[in-house]
Amino acid sequence: MSVTADDVRRIARLARIAEPEDRIDALTDELNGILTWIEQLNEVDVEGVEAMTTPVKFALPQREDVITDGDCRDKVLANAPKSDEGFFVVPKSVE
Amino acid sequence: MSDLLKLTLDEVTSKLKAKEVSATELAKEALAACEAAQPALNAFTAFDGDKTLAMAAASDEKLGKGEGGLIEGAPIAIKDLFAVEGVSTTASSNILKGFKPTYESTVTSTLWDNGGVFLCKTSMDEFAMGSSNETANSGPVNNPWKGPNGEMLTPGGSSGGSAAAVAADLCFGATGTDTGGSIRQPAAFTGTVGVKATYGRTSRWGTIAFASSLDHPGPFAKTVKDSAILLQAMSGHDPKDSTSLPQDVPDWISAVGQSVKGLKIGVPKEYRVDGMPEEIEKAWQAGIEWLKAAGCEIVDITLPHTKYALPAYYIVAPAEASSNLARYDGMRYGLREEGEDLTGVYENTRAAGFGHEVQRRIMIGTYVLSAGYYDAYYLRAQKVRTRILQDFDEAFKTVDAILTPSAPSAAFALGSKSDDPIAMYLNDVFTVTANLAGVPAMSVPAGTDKDGLPLGLQVITRALDEETMFKVGAALEDASGFNAKPEKWW
Repeated sequence: MSVTADDVRRIARLARIAEPEDRIDALTDELNGILTWIEQLNEVDVEGVEAMTTPVKFALPQREDVITDGDCRDKVLANAPKSDEGFFVVPKSVE
Repeated sequence: MSDLLKLTLDEVTSKLKAKEVSATELAKEALAACEAAQPALNAFTAFDGDKTLAMAAASDEKLGKGEGGLIEGAPIAIKDLFAVEGVSTTASSNILKGFKPTYESTVTSTLWDNGGVFLCKTSMDEFAMGSSNETANSGPVNNPWKGPNGEMLTPGGSSGGSAAAVAADLCFGATGTDTGGSIRQPAAFTGTVGVKATYGRTSRWGTIAFASSLDHPGPFAKTVKDSAILLQAMSGHDPKDSTSLPQDVPDWISAVGQSVKGLKIGVPKEYRVDGMPEEIEKAWQAGIEWLKAAGCEIVDITLPHTKYALPAYYIVAPAEASSNLARYDGMRYGLREEGEDLTGVYENTRAAGFGHEVQRRIMIGTYVLSAGYYDAYYLRAQKVRTRILQDFDEAFKTVDAILTPSAPSAAFALGSKSDDPIAMYLNDVFTVTANLAGVPAMSVPAGTDKDGLPLGLQVITRALDEETMFKVGAALEDASGFNAKPEKWW
């Protein structure tokens, strides 16, 4: 499977990366190079094979459903690009 | 620089306990050495001298009372992927410029609980995506080992800064993370020891995520024994990481130096790749002979799906990265670039904050996970992964450990592979299988090539059997007598 320049624009949009128009052709070539290379996986017989999850089987640990963390508003906000009055400030997203 | 920094971790912790040297004196010396080397090696991304000296003073107090942990007072360098409270933690990316975590990663807090002293943050490929440290936003790290004509070489990647710092005797150990070979390949390129334990031995909590099912934090060290000490000082079950193994940490340190007599060592024919320099083959043969002489039985084995490991990796890792890196949206931390609307802010932030290699991998990941392609790519790759694990399971029915080269070449010149992503990816051809299968693996220096550059051998063992890995690693170290050091030019 190969991708076209339009596919690359769509993938960039999905990935939320503003790719400048002059990068699209180069990216298309790079992505196609990689996609062609990974196509060799089609040679592997995976009939009846389960997808790998972990090398060591163990029951997923569970814990009590209780609050273990919190009351640290200033720590949460410490690295915010913009904050005000204890809130994150984000661009307007609801008209 | 006095000779103190040339000591191994094992040696220096003995001196600290015997009060022949203080942690404060050691920390001051290590800080000065790192700062002096920085203009030449470019290995570091952040220092916090006050924090270092405060931790050293606390170690001295404990040592004064005859107390202290496994590595009490030893300065340790930390890859810039680990959150260290109050210290710049950026994954060598512009998107995290200025980020100072308000929490501590489990691996580093475990190291500090064991007495480690924070020394500095080390440079890496951006978000650990690279094999040469050239994608770091602060530029490439220079390998302390130079080429035959004095040319600058890569220390490998992604944990290049940590590898360079250990190789140049600027610290007594360092942390790295290994997603496809990012500890073992740089270890091989710098003549240091690098270890990736079984998946889940070391917690990923507080380590900036790249590909969660493949990320393995682990140590760089000067010797196999030091690497066992460091791994022991950073492992353990962590309730904050649901993939952390609920297992006790065995005594790996005492495995070092134990006899390897009677162990069966597998030599996989698939690791003899086209275009591999003759010297790598020679080093591998030497390793085989050393283990034979130590009483091991050598067994030819086959790992038939080896060639599919890298292509499977380049689906699984970008897919997981595209999910993990979705969090960098410019809202809660990190860079924010303005835009016309909310989507515009996201898009501009991510375009400005991520470098080309990271963007490329996010896009591959986005594509293989997009509607209609999930089964053809990601699910198939995860099934191929099972095949690779089955290869190992089959081999480990007859052998106790597997011996291979660590990397297909010695350290290469900076810039020589940066235009060809696939040529760069091929660096991890020998290491990536152990990430996909989650089994323990380490790189041990085995000798030098005709240009005097270090070469590494890799030991792979069964899941949870780090003990055998350390035994075999130590036997190789002992037999190779490797003690070459780069000539100091920094």
